[in-house]
Amino acid sequence: MIPILILFGILVVLVLILFGMYNGLVRLRQETNNAWSQIDVQLKRRHDLIPNLVETVKGYMQYEQETLEKVIQARNHAVAAGNIREKAEAENALTRALGGLFALAENYPELKASENMLQLQEELRSTENKIAYARQYYNDVVTEYNTKLEQVPTNIIASMFSFKKRELFEIDAPEEREPVKVQFT
Amino acid sequence: MTLLLAAIGAAAGYLTAPEFALVGVAAALAIGIFLWVFVNTSGPKFILQISGAREATHEEDQMLHNVGHEVAIAAGVPMPKLYVIEDRAPNAFATGMDPRKGIICVTTGLLEKLDRDELQGVVAHEMAHIRNNDVRLMTTLALTVGLIVLLRDAFLRSRWRYGGGGRSRDGNQVLAILAILLLILAPVFATLLHFAVSRKREYMADATAVQFTRYPDGLARALEKIASDPDELEAANKATEPMYIVSPFQKFHEVSSALYSTHPPIRDRIRRLRAMGIEQRTGAPPWEKD
Repeated sequence: MIPILILFGILVVLVLILFGMYNGLVRLRQETNNAWSQIDVQLKRRHDLIPNLVETVKGYMQYEQETLEKVIQARNHAVAAGNIREKAEAENALTRALGGLFALAENYPELKASENMLQLQEELRSTENKIAYARQYYNDVVTEYNTKLEQVPTNIIASMFSFKKRELFEIDAPEEREPVKVQFT
Repeated sequence: MTLLLAAIGAAAGYLTAPEFALVGVAAALAIGIFLWVFVNTSGPKFILQISGAREATHEEDQMLHNVGHEVAIAAGVPMPKLYVIEDRAPNAFATGMDPRKGIICVTTGLLEKLDRDELQGVVAHEMAHIRNNDVRLMTTLALTVGLIVLLRDAFLRSRWRYGGGGRSRDGNQVLAILAILLLILAPVFATLLHFAVSRKREYMADATAVQFTRYPDGLARALEKIASDPDELEAANKATEPMYIVSPFQKFHEVSSALYSTHPPIRDRIRRLRAMGIEQRTGAPPWEKD
């Protein structure tokens, strides 16, 4: 009687452990989804800030239509982007356009000193940081998830229930690894 | 720590009358649970009130709010509530028993004297405390220490009333002596344990903060500035001291990790952070410099 009970007890504990491992993997997978959408949230936030920026700047920089146009176009392009590759390219183009705008703004001291502009700059700087941190968090979570997928004993559960590895957010194009050259022509 | 508490309860009960040992344990645990519930529900509000904090808004405290949000994203925790205390001394603390309902409080002195990266380092340190559940841990420990002291005092008073030997002749002499020793030394052990854990968690919070920001020099510079600032923190007292990022009562030049201090020496914390920075830049730990 007793040995059977003990065996039964061990089986129950084993099953509970297996449940725990499976649930852990599910939680991590959901967290990677969450982290990925968090990046999108911050990118969208940046898109929403730009019309406001252009409005604030227009009054002071009346002769810089070209630069302003570039920013607006880059922003619309980024909003319309479809797959991940398109998105990455569009966002980088937008970053460059914004860089050009801020470099120009250096020539307009009243603009630089205005409350509105200062607040906007802080918001934009914060959004850039948030995008970077969102990517960082995504990579952190994906690393944890992928590690669990490879480690024993969770890798057994993982292959049994077809958990797949996720890709890290990496820079695709080699040119982007180059430091940005700022030219004041 | 809980074991220590239970042992105290048992010892106290045993010595009053052998049958009462279990009652002693039960009573101790009951008081503990009651206090625990009380602190859980109204603890954070109480602390904020006695510190005179006002809630930070995005309009009034734009940079602080943004910095906080950035760290929350990097940490993967819900954004905690931010509060500001009017005080010229730069300092900060975190509270909140649940990581999902965290609270971070900074002084106006901190906002004035630190730049964006340094502020982010401090906020990251506080966010680390929240994510690592340190507030709940330290509160539990503090409560348990308090209870142990309480029980010890209660026991001593009851012994005084009942006088010496009559009842203890029933029980074992050796056990009685052990119980007395335990009662006398327990508060000391408990307190030392409490402080040791507090120091370890501070180091851990520093390291976790770097994990969030990937920028150890920010926090290192912030600690230097805070520690060498001459202004005294008015809101602080012995009860709230352990929660602040730099102990308001600790001097910058303190080198020893005194057994009774809640925070490690600041020089040590800065040194460890700078070492992480060197490792980050050169890819090798500082003792492997070419």
